Amino acid sequence: MENILNKDTSSLSLGAALQTPSQTVGPYFAYGLTSEQYLYDFKQLVGNQMVSSIENEEAITIMGKVFDGNGDVIPDAMIEIWQNDGKNQLFGRFGTGTDAKNRFVFTTIKPKSIDGQAPYLSVIVFMRGQMIHSYTRIYFSDEHQLNATDEVLNAVPDERKNTLIAEKKGINKYEFNINMQGENETVFFEI
Amino acid sequence: MSNITYNQFDREVHPPYLAPEYKSTILRAPTKPLIFLKQSLSELTGPVFGDFNLGEFDNDLTKNSIKNGEPLGERIVVHGKVMNENGQPIPNTLIEIWQANSCGRYVHKVDQHDAPLDPNFLGAGRCMTDKDGNYKFYTIKPGAYPWGNHYNAWRPNHIHFSLFGANITNRLVTQMYFPGDPLLQHDPIFLCIPPKGRELLISKFDLDATEPNFALGYRFDFVLRGYNATPFEKI
Repeated sequence: MENILNKDTSSLSLGAALQTPSQTVGPYFAYGLTSEQYLYDFKQLVGNQMVSSIENEEAITIMGKVFDGNGDVIPDAMIEIWQNDGKNQLFGRFGTGTDAKNRFVFTTIKPKSIDGQAPYLSVIVFMRGQMIHSYTRIYFSDEHQLNATDEVLNAVPDERKNTLIAEKKGINKYEFNINMQGENETVFFEI
Repeated sequence: MSNITYNQFDREVHPPYLAPEYKSTILRAPTKPLIFLKQSLSELTGPVFGDFNLGEFDNDLTKNSIKNGEPLGERIVVHGKVMNENGQPIPNTLIEIWQANSCGRYVHKVDQHDAPLDPNFLGAGRCMTDKDGNYKFYTIKPGAYPWGNHYNAWRPNHIHFSLFGANITNRLVTQMYFPGDPLLQHDPIFLCIPPKGRELLISKFDLDATEPNFALGYRFDFVLRGYNATPFEKI
């Protein structure tokens, strides 16, 4: 009787199947996931132009580097950005292996604030040496007021908040660096 | 009405960030505790590639890069189902694929392994799951290759996968291995997975999926995060 009950519930309940474990993206993702960016002869699904800067006057550029625990720039990371403010759903992907300074660069538009939250971009970070990807967010330095009252930012220790805020570097330009370790280790989220 | 919350990573099956036997994790693993994030609109949605126009041979790596003949190696057909922890199939979701050739050499410019490139094999492809969550693609069985992690380190035969699923909490990048590979027990990337999760990354030889006189069949299922639906309280 007990066995039957267990069997019945296990096929229906949460955890009926175990999650497939993550593995590293490795050093050789580029010709599969970012093929045109790396000049491979294979059509690329998505790149770093999340909007066209020609057609969008409000287009912004976000640029940055990914650093390891020694402070060295990581040249084989892949960054994905997703944003959804209820109006615009945009996705971008870029590897850090083609820019001369190993930066990632995205062109997008700043999302709108929803329900009084500060506007943000969702970021997923992949690289060789990471067995499972990391989630972080990009907030904007010119959104003082909304940042100050944002529930998520306020759940982050004060001294780490700045690791989530892209710094405005001129008209429509922002810089956002990702530190995997060290004093300024970027805040990564459990979502 | 209900409030949907997707499950977190099951840390009993996923590898940790830091696994010193895999040396590259040492300087790249976050060291501070992750901060819990309440899922909001951005986390509960994600890119949809349903309308992406797949190339004719995107799901056939034995054909999508032919220059002057057939690629060398053992033809295989890999198939399976993408579902969530609740056991529900995930239809119309994108699967991206990349791998070494039959000699264990990647097309990637950074790969300096002294094994031949195959002019007729790129090693990249993609497919979508059908309405029942099933997928299938053809390729060449990838070879093992050496890497610099430690003396005489070799990666077992494997295929890399990238999946999106229902939203960005479902994002998964992983590797599929082959049954009976003697290198698995020596591979720190595979062994980083807690014992409970390891078998889940080993495909099964599938005689039913094997195509006579053409290709050996392997089955590999993906399970992405499931969710809890909490009913809203009645007012």
